Amino acid sequence: MACLLLALALGILIEAPPLPGVPSQISVLFPTWLHLLVVGWLTQLIFGVAHWMFPRSSAEHPRGSERLGWATFGLLNAGLLFRVIGEPMVSFGAGGGWLLVVAALLQLGAGLAFVANTWPRVKGR
Amino acid sequence: MPRLSVWFIRTALLNLGIGFLLGAVLLANKGVYLHVPVQRLLPMHGEALLIGGMVQFAMGVAFWMLPRFRSGPERGAEGWGWLAYLLINGGVILAGSATLLNLSPLTSSLGRAAELLGAASFGGSIWRRIKPFDLT
Repeated sequence: MACLLLALALGILIEAPPLPGVPSQISVLFPTWLHLLVVGWLTQLIFGVAHWMFPRSSAEHPRGSERLGWATFGLLNAGLLFRVIGEPMVSFGAGGGWLLVVAALLQLGAGLAFVANTWPRVKGR
Repeated sequence: MPRLSVWFIRTALLNLGIGFLLGAVLLANKGVYLHVPVQRLLPMHGEALLIGGMVQFAMGVAFWMLPRFRSGPERGAEGWGWLAYLLINGGVILAGSATLLNLSPLTSSLGRAAELLGAASFGGSIWRRIKPFDLT
């Protein structure tokens, strides 16, 4: 929900007429807006519901590895945070390219952790 | 979980993995130039995540969880669902790889058409299961 609110607020800034104190090239943040919405909200909603509702992995560990589940959550949101900080810096020529590399690695880790933890729970009766 | 849902969701997970990998390459390339042909990878990134990942994930869960019939096959005619699975995945491969492999734009259009037919086929397979709960 926090990402959805952030995305909608950023969307207002991107679409609004130039405001005092807001750089006129704010529209370069379109990819940040899109990823806050699609990764931060939609993907995270899907990950959360799947973790909750999918068939049990086993009697001892019904939701697979809880540690891997928390790793998915932490990596995804840390990656998004690095992106939200780094993308404006890169777009406005203020350096910060390494922040995007870290963001990329964190989010890739989140995706792979989710797939690894969810795969064994996708099974027939 | 029915077998069709297992196939939909596992294929969606594979697409999510591919989509996240391509996305990581594209994002890192924005930070430090990696000589990656961004314009050629971007369509596959979007296609794998949105259609191959999210849409297919939703289809698998919907086929599994929507209300079932009390008589006859409990999830209706599965054939339309399997056709949807084939069309959606064929469409993702065609539409995603057209730019990546520098194929004719017609390939991409064919992929999108396959995705449309796949969505229609899936819609047809679940249409009658979208109903209020029978409480009697």
